[in-house]
Amino acid sequence: MREPRVLDKIIEVKNVTKVFDDTTVIDELNLSIRRGQFITLLGPSGCGKTTLLRMIAGFVAPTSGNIYIEGQDVTTIPPYKRPVNTVFQKYALFPHLNVFKNVAFGLKLKKVPCGEKLNSKGEKVEQFRKFTKEEIEQKVNRALRLVGLEDYGHRDVNSLSGGQQQRVAIARAIVCEPKVLLLDEPLGALDLKMRKEMQIELTKMHRELGITFIYVTHDQEEALTMSNVVVVLNDGLIQQIGTPKQVYDEPANAFVADFIGESNIISGTMIKDFSVKFLDTVFVCEDKGFAKNERVDLVIRPEDIDVFPENSEQGQLTGTVLSAVFKGTYYEMEIEANGYEFTVQSTTEARPGQKVKLLIKPNGIHIMKKLRTVNEFVGEVSGENTVDFCGGSFEIPTTLEKGTPVKVYVPFDAVELTDDEEDGEIGANVTHVLYKGSYYQVQIYTDTDEDFYIDTTDEWDIDDRVGVKINKSKIRLEVIAHEEESDEN
Amino acid sequence: MKIKKLLKRGNDFRPTFFAFPYVLICIIFVVLPLVLVLVYAFMDDGGGFTLTNFVEVFTKDNLLLLLKTLGIAALTTVLCLLIAYPTALILASKPFNRYVILALMFIIPMWMNFVLRIIALRSLLYMIGVDYGFAATIIGMVYDFLPFMLLPIYNVLMEMDKSYMEAATDLGANSFLTFFKVTLPLSLKGIISGITMVFMPVFSAYAITGMLGDTNTTIIGGKINGLFEMTSTWGVGSAMSFVLLILVFLTMLLGNVFSGKGDNKPLAKGGANE
Repeated sequence: MREPRVLDKIIEVKNVTKVFDDTTVIDELNLSIRRGQFITLLGPSGCGKTTLLRMIAGFVAPTSGNIYIEGQDVTTIPPYKRPVNTVFQKYALFPHLNVFKNVAFGLKLKKVPCGEKLNSKGEKVEQFRKFTKEEIEQKVNRALRLVGLEDYGHRDVNSLSGGQQQRVAIARAIVCEPKVLLLDEPLGALDLKMRKEMQIELTKMHRELGITFIYVTHDQEEALTMSNVVVVLNDGLIQQIGTPKQVYDEPANAFVADFIGESNIISGTMIKDFSVKFLDTVFVCEDKGFAKNERVDLVIRPEDIDVFPENSEQGQLTGTVLSAVFKGTYYEMEIEANGYEFTVQSTTEARPGQKVKLLIKPNGIHIMKKLRTVNEFVGEVSGENTVDFCGGSFEIPTTLEKGTPVKVYVPFDAVELTDDEEDGEIGANVTHVLYKGSYYQVQIYTDTDEDFYIDTTDEWDIDDRVGVKINKSKIRLEVIAHEEESDEN
Repeated sequence: MKIKKLLKRGNDFRPTFFAFPYVLICIIFVVLPLVLVLVYAFMDDGGGFTLTNFVEVFTKDNLLLLLKTLGIAALTTVLCLLIAYPTALILASKPFNRYVILALMFIIPMWMNFVLRIIALRSLLYMIGVDYGFAATIIGMVYDFLPFMLLPIYNVLMEMDKSYMEAATDLGANSFLTFFKVTLPLSLKGIISGITMVFMPVFSAYAITGMLGDTNTTIIGGKINGLFEMTSTWGVGSAMSFVLLILVFLTMLLGNVFSGKGDNKPLAKGGANE
């Protein structure tokens, strides 16, 4: 019989929010981690992945929400009482201790139960003792052997190379036999060759120890090679949880597709089940269950596009090669077709300027729900033909009364960004830019904490300060019904 | 000819050349005075070689005085350390570490002339009814040398990577154990710097004892001053200075033994802070 599922979860993060100086780093996050997994928290810098790890370790307290380890609420428990150990980004080996003493540090503090004893009231009390010198020596040596540093016990930690220091840091953490090992970008400081070696060793160690690993990284390749489960984070929110294959082959949204691997991201329309239209062409796909004519994002990996000569019978699109670079086992080409610049990786050679046919098979097209299809804000009619939202007043023809709360719908293409903040109606900062083939999807953040999505042909840089101009005729208003209030009146 | 040879050596030429003024200054202001002290120490009134000056230095009275000086210097150093370490720990911890101005408040007195400071302290002590003497001298010494203890410890604590403390907590140490097993050993460098910076000047101080003390608090620095200024016995004064120099050197050597590692030996740094 299987054990109940509840016991399977070694860590549970429930509705956790963390706010640093008015910035929300983690936003109402929920995550369950099963025992024995190698789970990677993957995301760009500032996505909240390290904060999440530090909250599990206990260095940072959540603003709200709870964290459970083996079903026990540890939210307010200090790090030294949690059954987890951390491998720090910069190792944090104690420079005043040698390798042996560094590894033994945790063991010397640890207390182990050694049977029960009756106290003066006749109650059974669990007895604890410290490890003996021999036990410590045995355990430390075993940990050092596991990381391949058997004869390094007496060495000064500063005399070791980066890779060796990293191994000591791992030995120091695993010697305490934690239930969960937390690794905070541990390979970030190593060179490429060493990093590859350590990746293999870490996976091996995970198998041998059988404990849960939570690994934080911004390196998608590292995440895909090492882990059982990848959690993709952005803006403090989980974008997708899945196996490496799932997040690569079936990205949940445009962000995941863009962040993991190289990809061609295109806007399209689902005509019906198994049929999608983009670049004025109808393609057969493997997805269904979308609304008729629903706007979707779709991702095509560069290696999923086949290239054929111009006169070939095969291929749905005709394009022109813009550039071609030989990468050893394949050619990486930029090919323009129907106004979209595809990145293509193919073993077929084509020269710049040459016309080619492109074939995209049904299993090469991955359909994703659009994160948002229209900007939606809550505003209020503030006067005759004016509506206030996002900290600005906008002139919009309306017959609604002053003070009426409204929902304001602003399509992506109704917004224009201006270089000079003064030229726009409100000011904002660019937070995210995603190239969608023929245009950019820009995400901006207003001073009133609202997100805007904009489709534009101009390229903007992240952190640009911009003015926002809105085409009023494209704005749609909807009265927010006052259910309870109107009932009582 | 020689210059041409030097020029040809290329890279070696520049450092050697630019070190020259420094070497000159060093000879005039460091080596020469030391040689003079040595010469006076071994010279009698007629200009001949003698050891009588040293015989006069090692009298019972002088040895007692030396012991007293050691005692006062040690007491001042310990008091400075006891006050400075917790202060530095607080100043370097959150949220105070965001305000360097707080640490500056402890350092600013160093920018003032110390005679002025002592005069101010004297009025203050008079107001609260502390008479000149042993207590006033110790208060004056601690007050005067506290920044020299605080600054190196504060610097070490501020620069200390907080991840060491996090690692200790992560490995099962509570805040008490974290302090004694990690923070304190890692700040040893600052403590040794502070001790040398306080102990050495207090050992040879004479102005503070003169201004805040009575006849009982005269220490070796005052005695040497007297030998030169009052009785004009330069020979004995020089001999005593020489002995003092050796003693200070020995203290630094002791600091070396305690601090252990090569990079933070007070001797190598002349007792100076980072």
